[in-house]
Amino acid sequence: MSTRLARDGRFLNKSKAIKFTFNGKQLRGFEGDTLASALLANGQTLVGRSFKYHRPRGVVASGAEEPNALVNLGAEGRFEPNARATTTEVFEGLKAASQNHWPSLDFDVGAINARLARFLPAGFYYKMFIHPRPFWKYIYEPFIRQSAGLGKAPKARDADTYDHFYAHVDILIIGGGVAGLAAALTAGKSGARVLVIEQTAHWGGRAPVDGGTIDGLDPDEWVKKTLQALEKMKNIILGARMMGTGIYDHGYVLGYERLTDHTPDQDGPRHRLWRIRAKQIVTATGAIERPLSFAGNDVPGVMLASAIRDYVVNYAVSPGDRTVIVTNNDDAYRTALALKDAGLEVPAVVDARPEGGGALMQQVKDRGVRVLTGKGIAGVSGGKQVQGVKICAQAGEGAVLEEIPCDAVAMSGGWSPVVHLWSHCGGKLLWDQEKAHFHPDIGRAPTGADGEPFVIPAGAANGSMSLANVLAGGVAAGQMAVERAGLKPKRIATPEGDSVTEAPMQPVWMMPQGAGVKLRNKMWLDYQNDVKVSDVQLAAQEGFESVEHTKRYTTLGMATDQGKLSNINGLAVLSNALNADIPQVGTTTFRPPYTPISMGAIAGEARAELFQPIRKTPIHEWHDDNGAYWEPVGHWRRPYCYPRDGESHADAVNREVTNTRENLGLLDASTLGKIVVKGPDAGEFLDMLYTNMISTLKPGRCRYGLMCSENGFLIDDGVVARIDDDTFLCHTTTGGADRIHAHMEEWLQTEWWDWKVWTVNLTEQYAQIAVVGPNARKVLEKLGGMDVSKDTLPFMAWADGQIGGIDVRVYRISFSGELSYEIAVRAGQGRALWDALVEAGQEFGVMPYGTEALHVMRAEKGFIMIGDETDGTVIPQDLGLHWAISKKKDDYLGKRAHERSHMVDPDRWQLVGLETIDGSVIPDGAYAVAGGTNENGQRNVQGRVTSTYYSPTLKRGIAMGLVHNGPDRMGERLEFPKIDGTSVFAKIVDPVFYDKEGAKQDV
Amino acid sequence: MSQMWGIVPLPVVGHSSNRLTLLARPDWDFIAMKRYSVFAIAREAARYHTGWERAWAARAPKKKYDVIIVGAGGHGLATAYYLGRNHGIRNVAVLEKGWLGGGNTGRNTTIIRSNYLQDPSAAIYEKSRSLYETLSQDLNYNVMFSPRGVMMLAQTHHEVRGYQRTAHANALQGVATEYISPQRVKELCPIIDIDGPRYPVLGALWQPRGGTARHDAVAWGYARACSDMGMDIIQQCEVTAVRQSGSKVTGVSTTKGEIDCDKLGIVVAGHSGVLADMAGFRLPIESVALQALVSEPIKPCMDVVVMANTVHGYMSQSDKGEMVIGGGADGYNNYTQRGSFHHIEETVRALIETFPMISRLKMLRQWGGIVDMTGDRSPILSKTPLEGCFINCGWGTGGFKAIPGSGWGMAELMAKGASPLTDAFTLDRFREGRFIDESVAAGVAH
Ligand SMILES: Cc1cc2nc3c(=O)[nH]c(=O)nc-3n(C[C@H](O)[C@H](O)[C@H](O)COP(=O)(O)OP(=O)(O)OC[C@H]3O[C@@H](n4cnc5c(N)ncnc54)[C@H](O)[C@@H]3O)c2cc1C
Repeated sequence: MSTRLARDGRFLNKSKAIKFTFNGKQLRGFEGDTLASALLANGQTLVGRSFKYHRPRGVVASGAEEPNALVNLGAEGRFEPNARATTTEVFEGLKAASQNHWPSLDFDVGAINARLARFLPAGFYYKMFIHPRPFWKYIYEPFIRQSAGLGKAPKARDADTYDHFYAHVDILIIGGGVAGLAAALTAGKSGARVLVIEQTAHWGGRAPVDGGTIDGLDPDEWVKKTLQALEKMKNIILGARMMGTGIYDHGYVLGYERLTDHTPDQDGPRHRLWRIRAKQIVTATGAIERPLSFAGNDVPGVMLASAIRDYVVNYAVSPGDRTVIVTNNDDAYRTALALKDAGLEVPAVVDARPEGGGALMQQVKDRGVRVLTGKGIAGVSGGKQVQGVKICAQAGEGAVLEEIPCDAVAMSGGWSPVVHLWSHCGGKLLWDQEKAHFHPDIGRAPTGADGEPFVIPAGAANGSMSLANVLAGGVAAGQMAVERAGLKPKRIATPEGDSVTEAPMQPVWMMPQGAGVKLRNKMWLDYQNDVKVSDVQLAAQEGFESVEHTKRYTTLGMATDQGKLSNINGLAVLSNALNADIPQVGTTTFRPPYTPISMGAIAGEARAELFQPIRKTPIHEWHDDNGAYWEPVGHWRRPYCYPRDGESHADAVNREVTNTRENLGLLDASTLGKIVVKGPDAGEFLDMLYTNMISTLKPGRCRYGLMCSENGFLIDDGVVARIDDDTFLCHTTTGGADRIHAHMEEWLQTEWWDWKVWTVNLTEQYAQIAVVGPNARKVLEKLGGMDVSKDTLPFMAWADGQIGGIDVRVYRISFSGELSYEIAVRAGQGRALWDALVEAGQEFGVMPYGTEALHVMRAEKGFIMIGDETDGTVIPQDLGLHWAISKKKDDYLGKRAHERSHMVDPDRWQLVGLETIDGSVIPDGAYAVAGGTNENGQRNVQGRVTSTYYSPTLKRGIAMGLVHNGPDRMGERLEFPKIDGTSVFAKIVDPVFYDKEGAKQDV
Repeated sequence: MSQMWGIVPLPVVGHSSNRLTLLARPDWDFIAMKRYSVFAIAREAARYHTGWERAWAARAPKKKYDVIIVGAGGHGLATAYYLGRNHGIRNVAVLEKGWLGGGNTGRNTTIIRSNYLQDPSAAIYEKSRSLYETLSQDLNYNVMFSPRGVMMLAQTHHEVRGYQRTAHANALQGVATEYISPQRVKELCPIIDIDGPRYPVLGALWQPRGGTARHDAVAWGYARACSDMGMDIIQQCEVTAVRQSGSKVTGVSTTKGEIDCDKLGIVVAGHSGVLADMAGFRLPIESVALQALVSEPIKPCMDVVVMANTVHGYMSQSDKGEMVIGGGADGYNNYTQRGSFHHIEETVRALIETFPMISRLKMLRQWGGIVDMTGDRSPILSKTPLEGCFINCGWGTGGFKAIPGSGWGMAELMAKGASPLTDAFTLDRFREGRFIDESVAAGVAH
């Protein structure tokens, strides 16, 4: 069993005990512990269950690569599923629970899957559960879903906050091991702005655990000294607990900083996502040890050799009293030495290499440890905890030579450089036959916008495995980064690394080499997803030969660790099965993030109220105070109606319509788009943009205009006012303001870039109030200040002046069919004018009206509404708007499209009015059916409703619609089936229901 | 006679002449692929699964085929499958430059629905959806079609009207959908926050028999069935030129040599423009990156698929337990299969608004695919200016759901020259202005 050692640990503060719970049991750790080290210190070797077979799982690794030790962490608003125990720092009161079992970790019913494992090989579900058909949805799938998944789903709303940071630097160094620190020192001395980030809380990486000397110092000492030097440099920022998440195009990098995960009571954001722009990026991300594939390599207690060393040295944790070491390289001997130094037993080192290792092996032998060369492990005894290993000849099929009792196994299959970040943005890899790993191909680095490389790998991440090479690589990378960033590198003395020379490793992809199918069936590649050597071989046998196929078929490398431990081993098994070279088979694509990052961090501050800005008009508060029922329109909120006590929304709308038609209504029209188009070529530009002729408009006058897309479809409409010779003000729909402004700019910038035209979106600079109804003129005259008579200010004219002492611009335009003035004022005066109108309007029966009354009134008048009558498939001609399409112009956007055969087809659906026979309201979106069905068995249709309302003015349902040849079919009856199976019938009529002559608006 | 027994010697092709082999290729009718079933699994378990055969054969290309399909994505494979199954055309090769199913078919978020607005769209998507219902049985391969229901949230009044229109259209098209209340939304998907604050849920368009399927399995299942009919699926075989004589197609050049054919079907999604160029015509297609991401797996918490188009995000939970998330496409053309991170941010932000609980989950992996977007966001299934050459493309962000229906229609088009399922989706429509615009109903198509 694992336990705490009496000695000190590098990261531990033994004077500070910390209490935490695991599965409800109170346990004790020390400050500096990770949850994994603390659990091991408490003898908790069993920490979870695997995904598919629910096999018992223990800690295997000591860092980000851990596939097994995942826990449900915390509670309520601070709950997090799948938290990795190896990267979770313990804190007082931490609550953790193991995952994926029922009813308990020790006794898990799901483990039945493990007994059935033989029936559940890779891809079994593609071959099973096919019959009977309904069973998949109702029985099989729910069952599979229930036993899959890992952590629990969070329930409460997130109690934490998150934020985003921006950093622009010359050089970003990812990885705070000795290579990264050497690179930082080099880059820092040259004066470059440097950001150095390290995912753990500790600087120095592996070197202090692995030993050797740097400039004659103990690596720990050197790291301390270097950090002190770096901290003094103003041009360097050091960020611990910050992971390089992903490298994106053009030197864009995400850093994921975990600020309060280890101190949850501290104020401030939990995570911070750094968006970093760096000229050059050094990836000094280290290497990850590979497991060995032997039968039973998934039993709790079997761990990576380096992890065991970490636990002993950094956390003063013994993984077991007797640890057998199994390896194919020299590095694992360091674990034997560390264990011996801690006073623990190493019954044997099992070295697969026939000749064994070099100097390190000798040191181990000198300490009296038995070394078996050319041997492997044929099996592990024990279920929830290692009890012993069976030794065999590596060259053979697995005949057991002897059994060695032990309670832990330290395995090492060699090291794989962490090439993820290098690869994210297209960096290519080379296979190193000798070290049996992929390392970056420096000649094929990711390139930036200028075609130049912008990522430089350093240290173990670049395949360097000796301390001297790692340090030299760090310095070289720092220098290269400085040069490439366009700065002058300063020479610094390369720190002298000295470590024991290692004998060559020997690739071992299966142990023993000739293992039969029974053993292969027990060799785990992916611990979390339960993918075994036999699964990969089965995939190859069944023709899933591409790595991507194998990955998907077996789920190898698709677990939360994304195959950090399993990918290379799996790849090697696959290439063996295919009889191909490893580089020929290739790797799967490396995708960000390097390790999973919280969704909260991705979203940042922008949540709840801050999710998207709510745009408010200057009169917003008045609406709120006066009971507006709001409708979201784009980012705006607009009053839909103003219901009074006891009134339904429909009642309110009817009242508002009637009052506006009979007395006086006020509409906050501030959200209407207002784009100024100015310049000597403005008229010509607008002639191209609108279907009508705009350039002939006289200053002081307004014209209703239509805009089409290149494909001829109507995209926006509105009134254009000519302010002076050079200046036009274009009104757009509320939803269209930003879109149309962008549309204008796109054409100006890409097509007519030499035209002298400027556009400005002034939507928010003006408040605009529509004063509407028979009493509109009266209220303005009462407020006084300018002549608003018909003669001075006729329909479709505008004028500047003053109303009630406020500077205004008054447009005589109408969207309701009533006498109407739209009054624009500087935004800051909007509320004052509104208040003045409300007060002065009392005697004229003033009432505000909302968007729905606006819609009803325009429908009564047969005015179209963008988004109702149009939907991206409708051309102005369909809407009877031929009069607004200039015949005189050579060109306008959409003109050519309007000449296409389908557009000039006389058989199109065209705008009509619809009057229900029984006076009811046709449901929104209803279609008019024709007889029979089409070739695909669908009911034939001949038209559809585009707007449908109850008209309080006509006291009946009215609608507008597009009907096949509609205008030629006045008086015909159409059938509109409803969802409930009944139908409503309507007569085709003229779309103008109210004041056909336009007498009421032109007074 | 060998023909009688359906035994024809494998022709020797191109540079692979050292394959002068005595390999016999049995005729399709005589192949008895081992059927998959629980019994087969049990039988194989006894011998540690050493007896399973290849899911699809690895063969060298023949000199000539009746039909060549370029692109072994879902659409290409389904086209081949229905050519064989419905029209008896089995002398078919499917050529794939990479690995089959490795394009968008293996990268999508697997939403299947048919609640489209326009008649031609609803027809082909509903045909497709109904084929999905029995696809596992038809192919003897569990594609895990899971009709768990798809809801499209209405979060503005405009969307409410749009979806009510779609519901009316669907009723007449024979597509079972329903416009549902916010309360029903909450019942069906308890993790949704229907109260906003920014965009409260006003209702939803609900298709109870929409859902998801396992994307890889769809490609693999079709490939296996095609192979079983004797068709050749040739991977690592990139088409580099389209050969023609007069105005008629005669074959293709590939990285595995020249191969002749009577008819050619181009079904290559994001690379359609490239192939069209080889065949001598142009397409109204732009290729952009569309991204998706998954969270780490958690226990089941969401039984339906939810699409929120106002905020631009959609989500479902895979059988593995991952929350599968997608959003909008990049605004610029490219082929990198990466995409910009700000889209991920926007999507995640939007979904946290709708599903606050995901804030505490972690993103496991993000990826992108190159989608082929037409001007009207509807596909092209059409003859081309080159006689004998057909094209199927433009599925853009939403073609996974269409795989069986598209294959069905495309096969009919290629076999007979016309199909009611594809008639509206011709290439001519862009010249004529006869667009089939689906963005109309406030919908983004996924
Ligand atoms: C992120 C993302 C999410 C999506 N979500 C959904 C969704 O939820 N629901 C939905 O219905 N759809 C979705 N889609 C869309 C869907 O994935 C695609 O529309 C569909 O898969 C296209 O299938 P395909 O067979 O046409 O193309 P692909 O699967 O891309 O196949 C085309 C094949 O052609 C091959 N090829 C290309 N050039 C050549 C050549 N010269 N020679 C030989 N072979 C060649 C390619 O290698 C590729 O394998 C999504 C797409 C993406 C990218």
